[in-house]
Amino acid sequence: MADISQQLQEQVLQARASGEKLNIVGGGTKAFIGREPAPGAGTLNTSGHTGIVDYHPVELVMTVRAGTPLSDIEAALAEEGQALHFEPPHFGPGSTIGGTLACNLSGPARPWAGSMRDQVLGIRLLNGKGEHLRFGGEVMKNVAGYDVSRLQAGALGTLGAITEISLKVMPSLAASLTLIQDMAADDVLHYMNRRAAEPKPITAACWFDGKVYIRLSGAKTAVEATAEKWSGEVMEQGDAFWRSIQDMQHEFFTNGDAPLWRFSVGSTAANPTLAGDWFIDWAGAQRWYRGIAELGDMEPLARAAGGQVSLFRGGDRSGEVMHSQPDALKTIQQRVKNSFDPDGIFNPGRLYSWL
Amino acid sequence: MTAKPKISKVDLAEQLRAFVDADFVITDDETMKPYECDGMSMYCEMPLLVVLPETVTQVQRIMRICHEHGVPVVARGAGTGLSAGAMPNKEGVVLSLAKFNRILNIDPLARTASLQPGVRNLAISEEAAQYGLYYGPDPSSQIACTIGGNVAENSGGVHCLKYGLTVHNILKVEMVTAEGDVVTVGSDGLDSCGMDLLALMTGSEGLLGIVTEVKVKLLPKPEVAQVVMAGFDSVQKAGDAVGGIISHGIIPGGLEMMDGHAIVAADDFAGAGYPREAKALLLCEVDGTEEEVHEHIAEAEDVFRKLGATSVRTSQSEEERALLWLGRKSAFPAVGRISPDYYCMDGTIPRRHIAQVLTEMETMSEAFGLRVANVFHAGDGNLHPLILFDANVPGEFERTEAFGASILKLCVEVGGCITGEHGVGVEKIRQMAIQFNDQELEQFHAVKAAFDPTGILNPGKGVPALKFCQEYRSLEYKQHKHEPAEAAHG
Repeated sequence: MADISQQLQEQVLQARASGEKLNIVGGGTKAFIGREPAPGAGTLNTSGHTGIVDYHPVELVMTVRAGTPLSDIEAALAEEGQALHFEPPHFGPGSTIGGTLACNLSGPARPWAGSMRDQVLGIRLLNGKGEHLRFGGEVMKNVAGYDVSRLQAGALGTLGAITEISLKVMPSLAASLTLIQDMAADDVLHYMNRRAAEPKPITAACWFDGKVYIRLSGAKTAVEATAEKWSGEVMEQGDAFWRSIQDMQHEFFTNGDAPLWRFSVGSTAANPTLAGDWFIDWAGAQRWYRGIAELGDMEPLARAAGGQVSLFRGGDRSGEVMHSQPDALKTIQQRVKNSFDPDGIFNPGRLYSWL
Repeated sequence: MTAKPKISKVDLAEQLRAFVDADFVITDDETMKPYECDGMSMYCEMPLLVVLPETVTQVQRIMRICHEHGVPVVARGAGTGLSAGAMPNKEGVVLSLAKFNRILNIDPLARTASLQPGVRNLAISEEAAQYGLYYGPDPSSQIACTIGGNVAENSGGVHCLKYGLTVHNILKVEMVTAEGDVVTVGSDGLDSCGMDLLALMTGSEGLLGIVTEVKVKLLPKPEVAQVVMAGFDSVQKAGDAVGGIISHGIIPGGLEMMDGHAIVAADDFAGAGYPREAKALLLCEVDGTEEEVHEHIAEAEDVFRKLGATSVRTSQSEEERALLWLGRKSAFPAVGRISPDYYCMDGTIPRRHIAQVLTEMETMSEAFGLRVANVFHAGDGNLHPLILFDANVPGEFERTEAFGASILKLCVEVGGCITGEHGVGVEKIRQMAIQFNDQELEQFHAVKAAFDPTGILNPGKGVPALKFCQEYRSLEYKQHKHEPAEAAHG
C-alpha cells in the first residue's frame, strides 16, 4: 500500500509541458474495453497507488486509492461482514476499483443494488492541468457542487486520472438461493419483469439457452418463504453460477471469438431480431449478443429498444465502438472534456474518436 | 457572470408574447410578487419578467432569445426550495414550468413513469399505487415539490440510505440547453455510453439546462413496514445505537433521530406519545417482506435494549406507525409554534461524530444566544438543525446566519459537507469556499461553461466567484474557531 499521487501528478505535469499523451492503466485487465489505445502515448500507471485510506464499517463508507485491487477491498469488507453489492467484475486478480469506476462496470445484482456509479460518494482526480482535486465526500448525501464523481463513470479516463474513491458499502446478505426453470426467450422478458415488480428479495434475473435463473438474497426466512411461493428448482452451486456471470467466465462469454456486443435497453423491450447467441441479464435491461455486425446497423435496433449498444469485447476497435451521440451532446461532451483536460492528454480517442 | 442584457424589458416581453399566451408573460409587479422568492423567503428579488411556457418548443424559443440577448434565466418548479436556488435575477426571466404538470405514462411492467417536470413528487406515488408501485425519494415537501425541482436539487428524504437519492431513481432526462437545443441524457436502459451527464445534471440547481421531461424508476411497495421507537438518556447512546443497528447488518427503510428540544416540541404538536424525558429519540423503520420485517424488528428491539434504551416501543398497526411518524414529520411546524421564526440548516456528517457535533452545537447556541433543535436523518448522516429566532428583532437574523455558518463549518471539519439535500443556491454560496479550494471551484465554473458558455442559466447561484471566496476565507481565518463574529454581538 502506497501513496504515489505526487509521482502521478509530476508525470501529468511533465506530459503537459512536453505535449505527450497518456494512456491510464491500472491493473491492465480492461485493455479490451473502448477503442484501441492511442499509439505513441505514454503510460500513466496507477497500479502502485494502493491502499484503504479510511474505512469505518459503521458508516458504510470506504475510501480507497484507485489502484487498489477489488479483491483487497472485498477481503477487507468481508472481515467486517460487508460487501460490494453491485458485484464488480474481476477480469483478473489485478482488476482495480479505479478502472471499475472509469468503465462503470457492475454485476448481475445491478438493477437492485445499483451500479458502481451509484455507490460513488466522492473522488480525488488529477485533471489535465495536473491539479489534484477533490469532489463529493465521504457522506451519503452531498449536493455541494456538481457531481463530478459520478461523471467519471463510463468516461473511460478521458477526464483525468481518478486517484481516490469514497464509496458506499453494504452489509453482506445473510442468505441466498437461485431458482432455475425452462423458459422460451419470447416469454422470459415478461416473466422476469413481473417478478421484479413484486416486493420480494430478488437480487438477480438472467436468461440463457432456454433457462431462466432468478436469485433471491437477504434475510433467510424471507428468501425461503419466497422460494416456496415462486416456481423453479433450487439450483445447486447457484453462487458459482452468478460468479461466472459477474466475472464473464460463463461459457457464453468464453466460447469462441465472435465479437461481444452489449445492449443497454428498456427491460421490457422486444429483443432485437438478430440471429446468433443472446444472454439476457439484469431482468432484461442488459442483453449480450455475440456475432459479427456493424455498429451502424446495430444502433437502430438498440434505439428501437429504448437504449444503446456498444462493442464490448473483440471485433474491430479502430473505428467507433460506442453508440453514437447526437450533435448537441457531442459538443457538450467535447467541451466538458476540454474543461478537465484542455490539452487532450488523457486516453485520447479511447471513448470516441472525437474525444 | 453575465453582462447586462442587450434587450429592454418591453422588447423582450413583446418577443415572448409572439409565441407564448400573452397572459403568461407576466411583467407587472403585483402579479410577479409571488415569484420573488422560493421556500427560503429571507432572500428576495423581483425579476425582469416571468414566463410560463407550455410546450418544449416554446422553452426552446425562450432560451434562444435569452441566449441571443444575454438575459439570465431562472427555472422554477413549485418554489419549495430551501436555498434560494429559484430566487429571481433582477435582470432576468423566471421560467416557470408550472404548466408542465402531466404524468405522461406509467409502465407497470417496466416499473417506470414518464413525467413532465411540474408533476408533484407525491402525485407520482399516488398514481403508481394502483400497480403496487411507488417512487422512492420522498423529500418532506413532497406534497408540493415537483420532479423537475427534485432533479435540480438531487432531492432525498427519509428513505435515502436504503432507496437512494433522485440520482439513483431516474433513467433519463430531456432538457433544453442554454443555446436552445433539446437533448436527452440517459435512456430506458440502466446506463448509457460515455460520461455520465445524467449524474452531472442531477443536483445542478438549474445551472446546466432546463429539464422538460423525466423518466423515473418505480419500486414495488414493500409488503410490510414497522417502526421501532427508542428513547435514550444521552445523544451518545442514541448515536451508538444507530451504529449498532448498521453493524448488525440491518439497513432500515428510515432511521431518524431527534434531540430533546425537538422531542418535546413534536410531542406537544402531534401527541405522538414520545418519551418526553428522553435526551434523544430514534425512529427505526424496517420494511420488506413479512418474514424479513419480523426477523429484523426483533433484532432491532434487542440492539436498542442492549445499548441502553430507556424506552422501546414498536408499532403494532398502521395507525400506530403513522402516529409515531407524525411527530417527526411535523417537527418543523412544531418548532415553528415555539418560535416566531426558524432557520433550517442542512449539513451532513459522518454518523460517528453525531454526539460531538450536537455537543459543540449546544456550546455555540449559548455563545450566539439562540436556541437550536435538531432533527437528524441518522441513517444517512444528514443533520437538520433548526435555529430559533425572531426576524422582528433587529440583528437576530444576521446572528442566526452566522450561527448557521459556524454549524456548516463544523460539519466540514468532521468530514461532512455543507448541504445534504437543500442545495447551495444563494444561501450557502459563501460556505462553498470552506468545502472546496479555488482549483476545484474553477473546475466547477469550467463545467458550467461547457453547458452554458455565456452564463445565462441561474447566474450567481451554486458556485461562488473566486474573488469572493478569498475574501470569505480570510475573514474566517481572522475569527476564532466557531465563535460568532464581533458584529454578530452588536
